[in-house]
Order: sequence, then structure tokens, then C-alpha cells
Amino acid sequence: MSLRADQVERYSRHILLQDVGGKGQEQLLAGRVLIIGAGGLGSPAALYLAAAGVGTIGLADADVVDATNLQRQVIHFTPDIGRPKVVSAADKIRAINPDVTVQTHPEWICAANIADLIAQYDFVIDGTDNFATKFLINDACVLGKKPYSHGGILRFDGQTLTVMPGASACYRCIFPKPPPKNAIPTCSEAGVIGVLPGVIGTLQATEAIKYLLGIGSLLTGRLLTYDARTLKFREIAIQRNPKCPVCGEHPTLTELKDEPDALHTCDLENP
Amino acid sequence: MKLIVNGDPREIAGETLDIHATLSALQVADPLYVTVELNGEIVDRAAFGSTRVKNGDALEFLYFMGGGAR
Repeated sequence: MSLRADQVERYSRHILLQDVGGKGQEQLLAGRVLIIGAGGLGSPAALYLAAAGVGTIGLADADVVDATNLQRQVIHFTPDIGRPKVVSAADKIRAINPDVTVQTHPEWICAANIADLIAQYDFVIDGTDNFATKFLINDACVLGKKPYSHGGILRFDGQTLTVMPGASACYRCIFPKPPPKNAIPTCSEAGVIGVLPGVIGTLQATEAIKYLLGIGSLLTGRLLTYDARTLKFREIAIQRNPKCPVCGEHPTLTELKDEPDALHTCDLENP
Repeated sequence: MKLIVNGDPREIAGETLDIHATLSALQVADPLYVTVELNGEIVDRAAFGSTRVKNGDALEFLYFMGGGAR
């Protein structure tokens, strides 16, 4: 693949970068990134990946846009209320950059469908809001050896970690099992400052782009935490946990299953 | 004893405490669900009672953060 004249112009600020260049831009255009959750984290991730010219962006979300989303889910606009999130987001991605092919997956992610879905992509961004899906994404990516970015937000705090399966600590190395249902409040219960997912989702997109380009060092082996109140970033070194149930020395979790104790995706479908 | 807690110096009473007592002394939020890293290694929850925290140790408390889509 070689860049067309209009692409050389559109991506000129990338091409100028020594670490990117025309070759790197071609890698981005050939890249495939899946964003699970077209909400607070998925919005900035999708917007920046589209602008960057990531050639195929997958969006998985079964939800529709509602008015409470608009304070932070910046890919959705007021007239989108009531529209499926993947359709709303796909429209914006195509308007930003017609080079991008958008694949919409308007379904809730569960143990039965996640493995086939992630297999179609190079990198996965977790932009979900519930622990059942967060743990499932981790397990599916570890078992399927698919690199992914974890992101989480609550109130004024955010966290992110990139997982290179088999090579770096995974989410379960830190948190072996999901919290019991209702133990940890969600953003819809506890609130979230609207700009927070903009920061964390943009970091997740940065990791996807770096992975596709093969440049820099990924956020592996360290959990980045962000406190918007004090504007402090911290990094906590995370070693692989030999007792990790999915990537440890004696894994007990060898096939995908839905987490019964955590908030279940099916509950979201029929609230 | 003097500790480094989430990067900041803290001082609590006692020569040495187990993880449960340390969580209590530091008034850590959500002690049932917090992940504890002691000197760079995550402590197995089953070992909270048998793991001793002593002067000079570094502790990190890691919390579940779920939000994202809705």
C-alpha cells in the first residue's frame, strides 16, 4: 500500500515524525483496533484513532445514546439521543476521516461472542463500564494473546494499564476476581467529572497507536493512576502475579465464562 | 513506624502490623476490595493476616474503577 496524494497531505504531521513517516502511516492505515464500549472512554479513543487514520475501527456496544451521556461521551451529539451508540459513533468517525472502515458490533459482549470478535483485530481498547465485561475482556485477551488497554474511571479518578499477554501483568494479576455486585459504585451511581474519560481514553488511544507503529514503550507492568482533583499522575509498578488465575503459573481459568457475581451484561440489556 | 503509602510518607503507631491492622490504622477506604502491594509485590488476600508490615515499607493501595461507557 502506498499513500495517495490526499493522504500525504492529511497525515503530513505524522509523516514528518521520524518515528512514524510514510511507512508508519501505512501501518496505521492497515491497523485494526476494537473499542469495546462507545461511551466515555471509547469516545475520545475513537475520535483520535479515526483522525490518526487507523484503517479499521471496530465498535462494540448495544446501548443507545441518552441525555446523561452527553456530559462526557463527546462522540455523541444532542440530536443523537435515542440512536444506537455504535451508529452515532460510526457517523462521526466517517465524517472525520473517510479513510477509516468502521465495523459496528451492536451487541453486548459475553463469553460466547468475545473470542471471535477480538480475533479480528490487532489491539483492543476496554472502554466498558462494568466489571463482568472488564474481566471478560482481560481473560479473552490473555487467552487469545491479544494486546489490550484497560481503562477505568470513577468520580475524579482514573486508571489505565496496557496488557501484553504472556509478557506483562494482566488485570487479574492486580485484581484476581471481580468485586461482588454493587460493591463498587458505577459512574451512573457515583458520578464522574466529564473531562476525566477524555484523559484516560486518549491515553488508551495513544497505546493503540504506539502498538500499531511499534514505537516507544507501552504502559505495561505499571498501572497509571490519575487524580483530576490534584492533577497528579502516579505509576505503580505491577509485576506478573505467579498466582494470577488466568496468566499465572497454575491458571485455574482456562476457558471463558461470564462472571455471575459481578454486574452482568445481561442486566444491562434488561435493566 | 514510618511507611510510604501511595508515594507519600505516613506514620502509624506500632512496631509491626499485619495487613488488616495496617488497613485499619491507615483508614483505607473499601478494605474488603482494595488490592495491596507491599514493596512492589501484590499481597495475596489470604495472606493479609500473616503478612507483616514494618518500618520503612512501601505500600500501594489499588482500587477497582469500573466506569467507562455509561
